[in-house]
Amino acid sequence: MKLLYTSTLMLLAMTILLGGVYPLAVWGVGQLLFPSEANGSLIYRDGKVAGSRLIGQRSSSPGYFYSRPSAAGDGYDAAASAGSNLGPTNRVLIERVAAEADRLSFDGPQRPVPADLVTTSGSGLDPHISPAAAEFQVPRVAKERGIAEGRVRELVAKYTSGRELGIFGEPRVNVLGLNIELDETAKNVR
Amino acid sequence: MNVYGIVQIVIYLVVLTLLTKPVGIYIARVYAGERTGPEAVFGPIERSLYRICRVDPATEMNWRQYGAATLMFSLVCGVSVYLIQRLQYFLPLNPAGLSGPSPDSSFNTAVSFMTNTNWQGYSGETTMSYFTQMTALTVQNFVSAAVGMALAIVFIRGIARFETDRLGNFWADVVRGTLYILLPISLAAAIFFVSQGVIQNFREYDLAQTLDGGIQTIAQGPAASQIAIKQLGTNGGGFFGVNSAHPFENPTPLTDFVQMLLILLIPAGFTYTLGRMVRSQRHGWAVYGAMMVLLIAGIALSYWAESQGNPLFPGSVDQAVAGGNMEGKEVRFGVANSALWATLTTAASNGSVNSMHDSFTPLGGLVPLLNIQLGEVIFGGVGAGMYGMLVMIILTVFIAGLMVGRTPEYLGNKIEAYDIKMAMLYILIFPLSVLGLTAVSVLMPDAGLSSLNNPGAHGLSEVLFAFTSATGNNGSAFAGLNANTAWYNTSLGIAILVGRFYMIIPVLAIAGSLAGKREVPASLGTFPVNTAMFAVLLVSVILIVGALTFFPVLSLSPILEHLQMINGQVM
Repeated sequence: MKLLYTSTLMLLAMTILLGGVYPLAVWGVGQLLFPSEANGSLIYRDGKVAGSRLIGQRSSSPGYFYSRPSAAGDGYDAAASAGSNLGPTNRVLIERVAAEADRLSFDGPQRPVPADLVTTSGSGLDPHISPAAAEFQVPRVAKERGIAEGRVRELVAKYTSGRELGIFGEPRVNVLGLNIELDETAKNVR
Repeated sequence: MNVYGIVQIVIYLVVLTLLTKPVGIYIARVYAGERTGPEAVFGPIERSLYRICRVDPATEMNWRQYGAATLMFSLVCGVSVYLIQRLQYFLPLNPAGLSGPSPDSSFNTAVSFMTNTNWQGYSGETTMSYFTQMTALTVQNFVSAAVGMALAIVFIRGIARFETDRLGNFWADVVRGTLYILLPISLAAAIFFVSQGVIQNFREYDLAQTLDGGIQTIAQGPAASQIAIKQLGTNGGGFFGVNSAHPFENPTPLTDFVQMLLILLIPAGFTYTLGRMVRSQRHGWAVYGAMMVLLIAGIALSYWAESQGNPLFPGSVDQAVAGGNMEGKEVRFGVANSALWATLTTAASNGSVNSMHDSFTPLGGLVPLLNIQLGEVIFGGVGAGMYGMLVMIILTVFIAGLMVGRTPEYLGNKIEAYDIKMAMLYILIFPLSVLGLTAVSVLMPDAGLSSLNNPGAHGLSEVLFAFTSATGNNGSAFAGLNANTAWYNTSLGIAILVGRFYMIIPVLAIAGSLAGKREVPASLGTFPVNTAMFAVLLVSVILIVGALTFFPVLSLSPILEHLQMINGQVM
């Protein structure tokens, strides 16, 4: 009985400290020092939330850079993150990849499609594509928008991050940032 | 495999090694009751906790009392997590209006978090309110880790002490581990994570107007505080469904690197703590060496296999430019960091993921599966890895003793029949639960097989991985398996309980037995446990015990699938 009493009190005290004070302390410091990051790195357009710098979006119009395929909800559902969880020998996976590669090759250059552009990410929310996957799409986007490929490449370069500290992670292109900037560029031209 | 990938892996291993000694010394000081830096802040909290709970931290317990306190505290924790989930709808901080999970799911989650497993049948953003995440799950991430560390410390005290039955005070060990090890490091890590983009807020889910005219609901919440401890405490339970693959949980390669470090920080440090407490630092390093050899072998196989890509993809896909098999992986991490993470998270009993193991190549997926099946002793969980390894060491010393025909001794403790019986109990319960429950599941077409996401050999891998992960208290998954069903929630919950408590009791019994022994001075006939020869023997025993037990079933799952894949068979 003494043990039950001690256990209950200990858990209660720990809950106040670790389930209350600790997360609130991190929340306070975060909101004070890093308000944008703590609230989801949101991007605003015309005063409305247009998305998050960290969360990918579905982009199906050929004038935009395509994101990777997504298994989150019906595609990039940021309230239902998910991977496909298809195994490497699963027919569903192999056929899906082949169909996606065919679709992208149809209106793209006649060379192999970079693998990240035909595979789903772990989260279904990957905000990035590889620089190769961006380069693969440059001719299509430039043609659709009627701007020079060189100009599109400049924008791609602007939204490309290298390895952190030159070592960690992989080079990557932020698709949403790039697509928003493409729209802005179009506005200025008009 | 490329130079960048290899360099990142080497840097990781070097940094981990450099941290082993300072962390190990610090852990030893905390449990010896010595003053440490954070005492200035947390000392008053520690003393008031003892006062509120009417605990005398100086009163040491024997192994039975220690075990009883462990069990009672775990029971209270489990009940609390269950109730908070079931009452979630009526509790505050639930902006998405989520109703409580079903009874079987709540049971599964309760035992999963109280045992440091963090197997998740549910998906965070569609199931758990902010209140539940904080007061139920985050709290368990701390205290279940503190319990694991306390048990490892008790085992080491059992080895180091002679002719006593006193092993320490459970409450003091749990409180000190939480306040002086877990909380300060988590605080610092959580704030770093927020600076990188991990969210920490209480917002309603945001509605974004997307570029193609749709609406994207963006889940929010207090994630950073939970993610720091989920890695440090080797719990692994994600705030979101996809865990550390989610950009809000793990936004940059730097957060990825730090999270990987947190996973093995305490388990690696414990090898030094062991050496310090038994006054044989070379023994600590020998154990570290054995673990490191197995870890590097796993990383190499996993990275190599994933770099090869999937040979069944059509020729119109360029896998080399992306580094290999990218299905289920994030671009920012790439193949090297995904393979490294998968190996670490299963070497430890962490189980968080930054890529989907279910979509790994067969051999890439074999590594995490085998890591858990070897008993999670390759560094292992906080505490749990250390006491698992100590059981393996006792077995190794015993086998070495048999080979030279002398009574086995371990650091002055004569190893006798009772100790070996308990060690074998520990070793045999694990495959019994894993293989038994897997077999039962695959024999049930409705309850067992209808949850599969993949056909053929890979389907067996999914079920096998689930019971391996649950019994091993790991928590990672071949996540395609729909485990949120009455059968899997219940059976996996039982596997988790078996894997924690049926293993803790033999561990405590050995600790009690060793502490009571009279010290045997080392002689010429004593098998030294501080040499490379010992490390080699230890690795061999781990591989023989684990591999022989699981080889038959592995040959029907990942190994068979590998053979099918390289022969071009699509299922």
